[in-house]
Amino acid sequence: MPVIEYIDAIRLAMKEEMERDSDVFVMGEDVGLKGGVFTTTKGLQLQFGEQRVLDAPLAESAIAGVAIGAAMAGMKPIAEMQYSDFMFPATNQIISEAAKIRYRSNNDWDCPIVIRAPIGGGVFGGLYHSQCPESVFFGTPGLKIVAPSTAYDAKGLLKAAIRDPDPVIFFENKKCYRLITDEVPDEDYIVPIGKANVMREGSDLTVIGYSMPLHFAMQAAEELSQEHGIEAHILDLRTIQPLDREGILEAVAKTGKVLIIHEDNKTGGIGAEVAAIIAEELLYDLDAPIRRLCGPDVPAMPINPPGEKHFLLNKEKLKTAMLELARY
Amino acid sequence: MAKQIIEVTMPQLAESLVSATIDKWVKQPGDMVDMYEPLCDILTDKVNAELPSTVRGKLVKHLIGEGETVEVGTAICLIETEVSDQSSQSTDNGVSEAATANPQMQPSASRPLVSASVSSAIDSNAPMRHRYSPAVQKLAAEHGIDLSLVPGTGEGGRITRKDVLVAAESGSAKLGSASTGGAPSSAQPSAGAASASHFVPMDPKVPVRSTGMHLTESPRIPSVESQAQEVPGRGEYFIDITPIRNTIASRMRQSVTEIPHAWTMIEVDVTNLVMLRGKLKDDFQRKEGINLTYMPFLIKAVVNAIKDYPIMNSIWAVDKIIVKRDINISLAVGTEDSVITPVIRNADQKNVPGIAHEIDDLVRRTRNNKLTLTDLQGGTFTVNNTGSFGSILSQPIINYPQAAILTFESIVKKPVVINDMIAVRSMVNLCLSLDHRILDGVICGRFLQRVKENLESYNLDTKLY
Repeated sequence: MPVIEYIDAIRLAMKEEMERDSDVFVMGEDVGLKGGVFTTTKGLQLQFGEQRVLDAPLAESAIAGVAIGAAMAGMKPIAEMQYSDFMFPATNQIISEAAKIRYRSNNDWDCPIVIRAPIGGGVFGGLYHSQCPESVFFGTPGLKIVAPSTAYDAKGLLKAAIRDPDPVIFFENKKCYRLITDEVPDEDYIVPIGKANVMREGSDLTVIGYSMPLHFAMQAAEELSQEHGIEAHILDLRTIQPLDREGILEAVAKTGKVLIIHEDNKTGGIGAEVAAIIAEELLYDLDAPIRRLCGPDVPAMPINPPGEKHFLLNKEKLKTAMLELARY
Repeated sequence: MAKQIIEVTMPQLAESLVSATIDKWVKQPGDMVDMYEPLCDILTDKVNAELPSTVRGKLVKHLIGEGETVEVGTAICLIETEVSDQSSQSTDNGVSEAATANPQMQPSASRPLVSASVSSAIDSNAPMRHRYSPAVQKLAAEHGIDLSLVPGTGEGGRITRKDVLVAAESGSAKLGSASTGGAPSSAQPSAGAASASHFVPMDPKVPVRSTGMHLTESPRIPSVESQAQEVPGRGEYFIDITPIRNTIASRMRQSVTEIPHAWTMIEVDVTNLVMLRGKLKDDFQRKEGINLTYMPFLIKAVVNAIKDYPIMNSIWAVDKIIVKRDINISLAVGTEDSVITPVIRNADQKNVPGIAHEIDDLVRRTRNNKLTLTDLQGGTFTVNNTGSFGSILSQPIINYPQAAILTFESIVKKPVVINDMIAVRSMVNLCLSLDHRILDGVICGRFLQRVKENLESYNLDTKLY
């Protein structure tokens, strides 16, 4: 199987779905000739033309709104938000329109859109290029939210999102774009939305997360295994809405100790809901307090490198927290 | 003053940059380096730059050679710095930030690891010794473990879930094995079961998950259910609304709420028309292949009257009245469960046989569900043959947004006074509902009189073609 970059997996998924289904089209700021600010859509306009790869004005609300209208008229739009930091003007369209169309029309209408938005920091991006806005959209019934951590999942989940009959927000991690490479098969496949994935088997503690921080957890787990004989069980949520409840409970019951990680800040984040599910269902299997290791509750990612480093999770922070919990 | 060795790492110079190449070392081992002084030149995909030193001191060693590419964050050289005694105390544990942040990672930590042997001594005074987690209690109950006999390897001597599992496997801490005294418990694997009298187990099969929301699956998206369904044990049943029923309902409601309806009726003597039809119908059937009904005669009479009173062919537009030039007659056609109003276009340009053919076609296609959208659009005045189902009087609702609707009731033979003599005549009622915003009694009275004259002027000499 070829080993490709995370960003190539996303581009391939769009290319293949556009070849498979003429209703699929891409829209966003500079997605055309430039191929997007990260080159995620590079070459798509050359292959599919300006009618199917549309350069949009600098108006995220319009990008989402036009995509929603096109979806209701039978198209399958992929709306690109250049950075997830810029998607807040589109929040009303996404939460009040896309998420509610099927419900408020009593199933007469649907809205099969995909909104792609790069999340995450650690790229020297500061306030406007580093945010993790998952918690803004999380908890909105009617929306599905996926956040892959590997190239394999990025391709499979994006294809599943495009084929899904309801709105899906696809949070791709910009730090993963060129950093993460893994094996991705040539043949068509999808990764089902709503299924978590066990990245590593272990019996001493469970780490649950999504997107980039899982790679720190994997590195930390390898070191803990070699240095201390501690084996971590690592679960990639992959889909953060709807959460894979059974997958979470199974992974936690395996060790009785759970550390939930994400880059989004701690208060009101995905981890809070995961912790609540575990607390509600699994009290008698817990061997230690549920723990979370997340971004700090500060307004923004600092632009100065020491501040950015302090804000972000990394292998060392993960290792410390995992060791502490394993020893509890 | 103490010496300290600092690692200088490859910084992130631009967004989405993951690695960089060292082009040339400016400072060599042994050189003194000042803060912000260039250490080396580096190359990346995006920029080529000098790397400034983050500390002041003496360069000790290059960790990365010229031309080598390394990931962001990798240590590239060591610099020896001088630090004051005060700060050296807090940092002499090591140069790595993570290490200072976590004293438990120090190799000097004497506490046993998770994987430590279970044979370690049981210290009943350890601070966490008697803190049992739910998992520990559950497993102890399931396996009949006496927790006081289980060594705790967790933080502060806590008994971990794994400690209980190890004890269960080795059978070394079975309940009752302490009180039996003397007999080595490991030799009696059945001791736990035998001492079940004082063993109060929690049944592991009793479900302990309690909340509803997360136990139940997400509500399924309902599919639209079709047709009538019985609800058992109830004196009623439901019929789902079909799209056409829904359209009828909303149009009717819109019409009666928006249009102030007025109603009037006129009686017409159609004896001559009845005789005319009686004379022509067999011939017509033979020639045209369709039945000759009263409707084409009525529609012709109505259309001619509209020609004289064009205001009947109008719609209310709030600040004006729009009068339509084309006379397109909507014909109410009833089916088993609905009523539809297909349109006879430009009815004023058609003669009686032409209208008869059009009616026959529209009625047949309505009953066969073969109407197209254009068949239903553009009507300007509606005629309804309510007599076909035996009505002699009806109060129709206007076909929104038209100005009026006329019904043709049953033809009934009645004794009628003509010139002070009683005669038996074929009589029919025509009922008219009108939009009182547009039309008043006088104009409608005249219009109906004209329809009446037109109908009564048919006689045995009338030519169809």
